[in-house]
Amino acid sequence: MATRPYDLRRYPGFLGITILCLVILYAPLLVVTIYSFNSSPSITNWEEFSFRWYVDVFTGPESDKFKQAAWNSLIIAIIAATTATTIATLAATAVLRAGRFRLRTLSIGLISLPLMVPEIVTAVATLIFFNAIAFERGLMTILLAHIAFCIPFAYMPISARMQGIEATYEQAAQDLYATRRQAFTRILLPLMMPGIVSGFILAFIISLDDFIITNFVKGAGVETLPTAIFGAVKQGIKPNIMAISTLLLAVSIVMVTLSWIIGRKDKTS
Amino acid sequence: MAGGGATGGSVQTDTYAGARGWLLLPAWVTLGILTLAPLAIMLVYSFLTKEFRGGVIWEFSLDAYDQFFFDRGLFGDAPPQIEWTYIGIFWRSIWQAGLATLLSLLIGFPTAYFIATRPEKQRALWVFLVTIPYWVNLLIRTVSMKFLLRDQGPLNEGLMALGVISEPLTIVNTNLAVQLGLFYSYLPFMVLPIYAAVERYNFALSEAAADLYAPRWTILRRILIPAVKPGILAGCILVFVPSLGSFLAPDLLGGARNFMIGSLIEEQFKGNAGNWPFGAAASMILLTMVLILLIVSARQSQKEAR
Amino acid sequence: MKRSLKATVAAAALGLTASAAAAEGKLVIYHWFEYIPQELLDRFSQENDVEIVMDTYDSNESLLATLKAGAIGTYDVAVPGDYMVQIMAGEGLLDEIAEGELANKGNIAPEWADPSFDPGRKHSIPYQWGSTSFAVNRDMYEGDINTTDILFNPPEELSGKINMLDSQGEVLAMAALHMGIPQCSTDRDQLRALNDMLQNAKVHWASFNSDTAKEVLVSGDAAVGQIYDGFAAKAREEGANTDYAFPTQGYVVWMDNVVLLKDAPNRENALKFMDFLLEPENIAAVTNYARYNAGVTGAAEFVDPALAEQPESNPPAEAGEPVFIQVCDRETQEVYDQIWTNLKK
Repeated sequence: MATRPYDLRRYPGFLGITILCLVILYAPLLVVTIYSFNSSPSITNWEEFSFRWYVDVFTGPESDKFKQAAWNSLIIAIIAATTATTIATLAATAVLRAGRFRLRTLSIGLISLPLMVPEIVTAVATLIFFNAIAFERGLMTILLAHIAFCIPFAYMPISARMQGIEATYEQAAQDLYATRRQAFTRILLPLMMPGIVSGFILAFIISLDDFIITNFVKGAGVETLPTAIFGAVKQGIKPNIMAISTLLLAVSIVMVTLSWIIGRKDKTS
Repeated sequence: MAGGGATGGSVQTDTYAGARGWLLLPAWVTLGILTLAPLAIMLVYSFLTKEFRGGVIWEFSLDAYDQFFFDRGLFGDAPPQIEWTYIGIFWRSIWQAGLATLLSLLIGFPTAYFIATRPEKQRALWVFLVTIPYWVNLLIRTVSMKFLLRDQGPLNEGLMALGVISEPLTIVNTNLAVQLGLFYSYLPFMVLPIYAAVERYNFALSEAAADLYAPRWTILRRILIPAVKPGILAGCILVFVPSLGSFLAPDLLGGARNFMIGSLIEEQFKGNAGNWPFGAAASMILLTMVLILLIVSARQSQKEAR
Repeated sequence: MKRSLKATVAAAALGLTASAAAAEGKLVIYHWFEYIPQELLDRFSQENDVEIVMDTYDSNESLLATLKAGAIGTYDVAVPGDYMVQIMAGEGLLDEIAEGELANKGNIAPEWADPSFDPGRKHSIPYQWGSTSFAVNRDMYEGDINTTDILFNPPEELSGKINMLDSQGEVLAMAALHMGIPQCSTDRDQLRALNDMLQNAKVHWASFNSDTAKEVLVSGDAAVGQIYDGFAAKAREEGANTDYAFPTQGYVVWMDNVVLLKDAPNRENALKFMDFLLEPENIAAVTNYARYNAGVTGAAEFVDPALAEQPESNPPAEAGEPVFIQVCDRETQEVYDQIWTNLKK
């Protein structure tokens, strides 16, 4: 290593591109945050600093609706992402580490299917399907639909990660008399964690953001945040939506910071 | 190491062969009921007669496919010619989605690599840094992006103040804006799979190559990228396919002057046209096309691996 | 961590079943978003001891699509626009209101009591009405704006700065007015000319967007925008220096109507709700909230006087005839669909 004048892991310019990437990601959010403090009802013309829209979010006529919608969205996203990630992890194990079998290619096709169909088609088809089996629309229908389309999003990073893990680890474990279950939970799962976490996050944000399918399969009076926001926007985009977005952003930052601090404590103790 | 997310890669071991059925059961049940069954309904619908203003009449018909491929003039009674309208719409969407995927890859790969080579404790934080923006609704993000890119928006004003440009750049309502919007919509879907793959990469391989005097860009190209290819392919699929059917970025940033696949199909179900069989047929054609594309790319990468 | 996750799932599962439980005395409204003040719903709810559930849709067409995909029978009332009332009635999605079932039916303003889209008001009552035309930024253009040429054959300074509504009905109705042809023309030469005219006009258009029709005017991204009167007024209030046009060739009027849906699970309450909205004071509250116009006799005295004075509500004497969007028969509609596809391909 000492013979090389540079660090092999570093590529010049990658840091620059990463920073550029973050700037692109966060610049629009800066706009959202700034305009959530605008006193005028316009989202394009700045008037003066005010908390007006934050007050509106908590006390305005639509506050209950948005609170309920945000809550629904979070719950659905958490359950759907957890379920989808579990299903995807099991399926990836079967596809990649259970030998060759006849239904293998078909299984892979089935898992990627929700990704290949345009959302609007899934939306209409699912609605027709739920009606055909007389399944009453409500939160439950949203949840079921979300689980289905989250699976490929969770599966892709998990499968990509699993392909990078050599079979030797588990084989060694089994040679040391670990059961198959132990090899899975003690060896494969920990090695898979970055892939599983990535898959969960993708499933979570895809569920949190879904509008088209949700809009079709939701029951009367049930709103998720995207459906509430899309509905509100039809009457013109108001800064209260900017305020809600900023609050969500704050919640996510707090949650991430907390989990990071807790994670660090775990490791140090 | 062949294949990608779509092909699922090659089988590495048969450790769990005994539990295979149980491992696959949840996926088969969930997707069989919630995706396959509705899709089968759509397939059937594409071969039915359209009901005026939405819905279907249970009578076999090839009209939907005929409408897609044959042009019979404004009044539907001219001699049939090849219809380029819908093929053109499909081609435009593929082109846009492809460029957006390329853009995501060019920015997403270095970012993912950079994150994966951080000290272990920092990585999670960087991953969250990339995904936090996605807590904000896509519509709101897209609207804000439009605000930034406007003719009199901060980007143009900033560039003009710096003297880089003298006239504002027109970005909104152009194809570039659509690609930027799609890129912005799906970036984490590129970054996270690549990150998960690079994180697993064994740098001893790079060391070995460097010991044999390989320059580092050659190492990147010949050793690292092939090794993390499943992640790259997964990322490309996750960006490309949803981009194909997306309509928010094309509508808000591109001005919606032209149909994209997503808006064309949506118009059939939710718009004035109300032509469900045609919407179903267009979806089936899209689905077939994507599947062929994936199979070809999977075959290709399997060949390379041999 | 594991336990807290389980608790969350359990709590959520409880939430799912709780919200699925139905109560006695219910009314399920399918409505546009933010189109009725919450206080009004609360008052109806209290006065009649009825639990209100409201669901929202984003366009007339998506209302139709959802109902046709099987949602009919779960809602009591909806609020479709004029032409959609006619379509829904034709599709058999509406229930008939028998004579005498609505105590306040007499309150409907005479000019709205027998509209072309629902003769005799068999299925609907007026909700709100207004017009669709376009607004022009006066900083960019000072000439005469009361002509459809502004949209379809614009002066140089406006070319490339026009936003159209992304809605077939509104664009094609306006185009028909511009050319002076009937909306559901079956004359092939007229239809070909319409197709060609739109192709030429599209060159001047920057975008099609309904959702941000107001924002593009306020931000100055568009100099001309096809827009509803209420939105044009809001754009003006937000600082856009725009004037709302009343073209001499004519302009589009619309009316949203409360309809009684077929198989309404709570038909009694639906009728009570319609009666409630026919009280001048109640419908005026909607008008003050949504900034459009009511179609009920006596509502005017409860309406904010500023509303009546705004330029968007006062067409000049030389303004053309206001027209509703017409419902074409199947064959004609297919040609119009083709023209729209040609325009947007």
